[in-house]
Amino acid sequence: MSDVTLDEICVVAIAEAFRGDGEVLCNPMGPVPVIAGRLARATFEPDLMLTDTIAFAIEGNLPFGGDPTDAVIESYMPFRSIFDQVWSGKRHVVMGASQIDRHGNQNFAAIGAYRKPKAQLLGMRGAPGNLINHATTYWVPNQARAFSETVDVVSGPGYDRIAELPEASRANFEIRRVVTDLGAYDFESEDRTMRVRSLHPGVTLEQAQEASPFELTVTGDVPESRLPTDDELALIRDVFDPNGVRKSEFR
Amino acid sequence: MPDKRMTEDEVIAELESGMTIGIGGWGSRRKPMSLVRAILRSDLTDLHVVSYGGPDVGILTAAGKASKVTYGFVSLDSIPLEPHFRAARQAGSLDDFMELDEGAFYLGLMAAAHRVPFYPTRAGLGTAMLSENPSLKTVRSPYDDGEELVAIPAFEMDAVLLHMNRADAKGNGQFLGPDLYFDDLFAMAGAKTYMSAEQIIPTDDFLKEGPVHTLRIPRIHVDGVVEAPMGAHFTECPPDYGRDEAFQKEYAATAKDPDAWAQFRADWLELESHEAYRAKLEERGNS
Repeated sequence: MSDVTLDEICVVAIAEAFRGDGEVLCNPMGPVPVIAGRLARATFEPDLMLTDTIAFAIEGNLPFGGDPTDAVIESYMPFRSIFDQVWSGKRHVVMGASQIDRHGNQNFAAIGAYRKPKAQLLGMRGAPGNLINHATTYWVPNQARAFSETVDVVSGPGYDRIAELPEASRANFEIRRVVTDLGAYDFESEDRTMRVRSLHPGVTLEQAQEASPFELTVTGDVPESRLPTDDELALIRDVFDPNGVRKSEFR
Repeated sequence: MPDKRMTEDEVIAELESGMTIGIGGWGSRRKPMSLVRAILRSDLTDLHVVSYGGPDVGILTAAGKASKVTYGFVSLDSIPLEPHFRAARQAGSLDDFMELDEGAFYLGLMAAAHRVPFYPTRAGLGTAMLSENPSLKTVRSPYDDGEELVAIPAFEMDAVLLHMNRADAKGNGQFLGPDLYFDDLFAMAGAKTYMSAEQIIPTDDFLKEGPVHTLRIPRIHVDGVVEAPMGAHFTECPPDYGRDEAFQKEYAATAKDPDAWAQFRADWLELESHEAYRAKLEERGNS
């Protein structure tokens, strides 16, 4: 399809991060990731468990922001249970990053000095526990703004910091993917630095590099990010997000 | 049977400046706002507030009542960053705080509830949560693995404030919404626990309101009960009422302007009683 838009390519790139997860709690935050999680379950990863973002795990294809009242509840997931799931490891979260560096160190806590920041952001939220317990994917709608040489505050640790921990502490750590407006990245490089996994259609390696203050790792030929199938496009446009809320993330 | 009914002001009279006060609920959800407002109009000061923070933390820091905050986050949910708290952090007027992973916060509550000095976790390893909080210590597993873990200290709290949907006069509490949050742990962890409720009902009416699983606050952990209809306003308290988003927006907007904040405090937050607040809400068209 020629009319595929960037937001739809990003949805599919995040959905791809869940491929192979099987029966885990898929916990995306925000429009594009939530649509991606629901798309993955509706297509190639049917065993994922998803919440209504309130307190219930639900079946079916709920639109983003849709009323969960009529959805079939398959389990109860109040916040306490979510933390229990985190510690059990059977979870894959998608979080944002105000800053992220080449090792995957992430900051959404504060910009500037920690005790008297220029900008107080979300705080630690669940990042320290999420990263060290189960798979994490980051969604970065503006790569040029978020990619950083260093981060001001480490809320989610990267591979360099985790490497300093003993094996038992780092056994469950995994940054599965970083998906941006330009491409998808992973850490499947020898030195565990951010590697270009794919670039979205029309984006060159030079452009991706220009939008990063650190050197991107490249191993071999970089493929183009895959396009949504016709079925996926129909699901995104007609079922999960008929009002186009996903487009609001690109500003 | 004990009758633990009190007024907001009687609860506040039990508190002292310098105390550590735990506040139940989560973000802008089921917060004991009539008790928070009673603190605001008291002469209490230098409080250490422990909370999954929402407007409780925003109000008490902006008004200079809280000199220290321990939190998992501070958010208004539909407004992700609590603007009053944010302003205090950015001005440097609140530099005594402990910001924890929100799951680690649960462990601090649980340790206090279970009267052990800490619970261990991996959350915090390799992050600013550990490096920026020198008072947080690690502990080595005594077993063969020998792993070093973060020891989340018990949150010792002089008093805890909660809001429930229903209570009886003896101090049993019932939540009817989708999530108890961590209020049962808060109740156990407080040296004294004061619980407001939308309605105080006869004990034998509890099961007319909700299934037995909703009876999660047992009276042995509750020292005082306050009847406060609309007591969580403007935070949500389902199924009794949702969040008053328009009111919350007005509250949030005052963070930008000291005069607007002073006016909002006088108009709403420092009224002489919860009854006066409710009367004013009714005038406004809320019921």
